Amino acid sequence: MLRQRTSWITIIILIAALLIFAAATSRNLGTFGITVLSGLFQAMLLFLVASGLSIIFGLMDVLNFAQGGFFMIGAYVAYDVHHPGGLIDMTGAIPNADLRFFLSILAAIVIGALLGAFLERGLLRPLYARPIFQLVLTFGVSLVLVEAVRFIWSTTPYSWTALFSVREGYFTLFEQQFSTYRLFVIGIGFFLIVAIALLLQRTRIGIIIRAGVEDSGMVEALGINVRAVFTLVFTFGCAVAAFGGAIAAPFLGASIGMSSSFLLSAIAVVVLGGLGSYVGTAAGSILVGLAIAVMANYSAEFLNLPVLASMTPMLLLVLVLLLRPSGLFGERR
Amino acid sequence: MNPTDPILTVQAIHTFIGQFHILEGVSFTVPRGSISVLLGRNGAGKTTTLKSIMGMTPPREGTILFDGQNLIGKRPYHIAQLGIGYVPEHRAIFKELTVRENLEIAERKRGDLARRGDLIFDLFPDLKRLYTLLGGNLSGGQQQMLAIARALVPDNRLLLIDEPSEGLAPVIIEQLMSAIERLSAQTTILLVEQNFRMASKLAQLYTIIDDGRSAISGSMSDLVRDEALIQRYLGVA
Ligand SMILES: Nc1ncnc2c1ncn2[C@@H]1O[C@H](COP(=O)(O)OP(=O)(O)OP(=O)(O)O)[C@@H](O)[C@H]1O
Ligand SMILES: [Mg+2]
Repeated sequence: MLRQRTSWITIIILIAALLIFAAATSRNLGTFGITVLSGLFQAMLLFLVASGLSIIFGLMDVLNFAQGGFFMIGAYVAYDVHHPGGLIDMTGAIPNADLRFFLSILAAIVIGALLGAFLERGLLRPLYARPIFQLVLTFGVSLVLVEAVRFIWSTTPYSWTALFSVREGYFTLFEQQFSTYRLFVIGIGFFLIVAIALLLQRTRIGIIIRAGVEDSGMVEALGINVRAVFTLVFTFGCAVAAFGGAIAAPFLGASIGMSSSFLLSAIAVVVLGGLGSYVGTAAGSILVGLAIAVMANYSAEFLNLPVLASMTPMLLLVLVLLLRPSGLFGERR
Repeated sequence: MNPTDPILTVQAIHTFIGQFHILEGVSFTVPRGSISVLLGRNGAGKTTTLKSIMGMTPPREGTILFDGQNLIGKRPYHIAQLGIGYVPEHRAIFKELTVRENLEIAERKRGDLARRGDLIFDLFPDLKRLYTLLGGNLSGGQQQMLAIARALVPDNRLLLIDEPSEGLAPVIIEQLMSAIERLSAQTTILLVEQNFRMASKLAQLYTIIDDGRSAISGSMSDLVRDEALIQRYLGVA
């Protein structure tokens, strides 16, 4: 309990420091608002990749390097379904752009889930006795996903052009225009943070997952088919990542680089949050997302060093591990 | 099924952990309604025998019959669902789960815990008071009681209990012994116990495991009188 409290204090101090730094280096309240909003936006997308990574690692001891790939696939599938041309053209069948957006997200979730289930059942399951092989395998799968995208959609990044109502809206604050789409994604992200927390805390499957993180052998000895739970959790984790890519796409477009950039940041989130800790992953996502946005704004205004933003997750990881070697909410090992 | 048939028959099992040949022929039977105990020195293979029954270290050869069904080749969850409760060495309580959740997770059917609550809290009244605490905050004795209670949530016909007295104070051991004794009115128990006094008081039957093999089985009342045998296999008297 005491350790939990110091974890919370540490993360609040870090976030407060970031916000103060952002406020001090912003030109006006408007840019400060944009920085915070884009930080939270980034944080929620990160959370959607990192939560799966963290729960899968905690339960199954598999670091799923393909998690970023699922995010990327989600973005491409959503883009493809929503826009004319491509593999699936629905613009004729469903002219309503909002409905099509909903369907494109659904398609991304379904494809993420199917690919995830296949990866777990078909490829990972025979390798549970060999953790190193699994690591190499998920890394290989992430490369295969990138190559598949290259083959299907070419290497040119897509930027989202077909508008729909949530994506079009703007509101004004401090004489600055903000996209409602960012708020929409932030809202969904917070909703999922709470929903997954409730799922873990309140439901039977949640109890099984938390117990399995501690000792999956004992869970099985109680009469629970742990492998089926593994498949379920893995599938869910991949589907959530694909969902993240799908809701990111209207803002970030779809590109191959998403795979590795989101994977690396998500790994930083999971490790600095504390391996296996759900709270740590949620808090870590917010910290890293905000840090990326703050550093992006700072380097754009003062340093003209865009690489600083992409290095931020790893720098922050190093900083946090120096303060707390097992991560913010991690068990001391 | 004949009620005098043994509930569990272990026949000539060979178990490997990695490339190590740990069990090299273990055989014994557990009669219905009895308390039987596996004895043997440290590292003899008692825990591996229980894990072999549970399918956690599946035997490569031999047969294990539980109520007439062969357990060999079945996965642990399936074996548990047939009606075997496992109370492992070192208890394996889920530390981040509350006492209540530690019990709830063991339900095999909805309402198991409600159905068996009376029995459980009658045996271990302390657990009721500790219901909302995390498993990791319990003392060793409380964790042991919780581990046994967890195995009682479903209606198991056989309990495998591995060294319940390990690391516990004498007063607590007394409590546990009386609980296990009362429990044996409900279900068959296969115990592993190094504490010979406890083992000899509780069990009617014993099997000595020595160096991965079952050396000798018999009735406890004969064993307690045979000091030479005790000295030879257990090094206690
Ligand atoms: N994972 C493992 N890898 C290698 N050898 C093992 C492993 N687990 C157990 N062993 C070996 O198997 C033998 C039997 O172990 P087991 O735990 O079954 O003994 P035990 O009779 O329960 O002993 P104790 O009284 O100390 O609990 C021991 O020699 C032990 O060293
Ligand atoms: Mg043992």
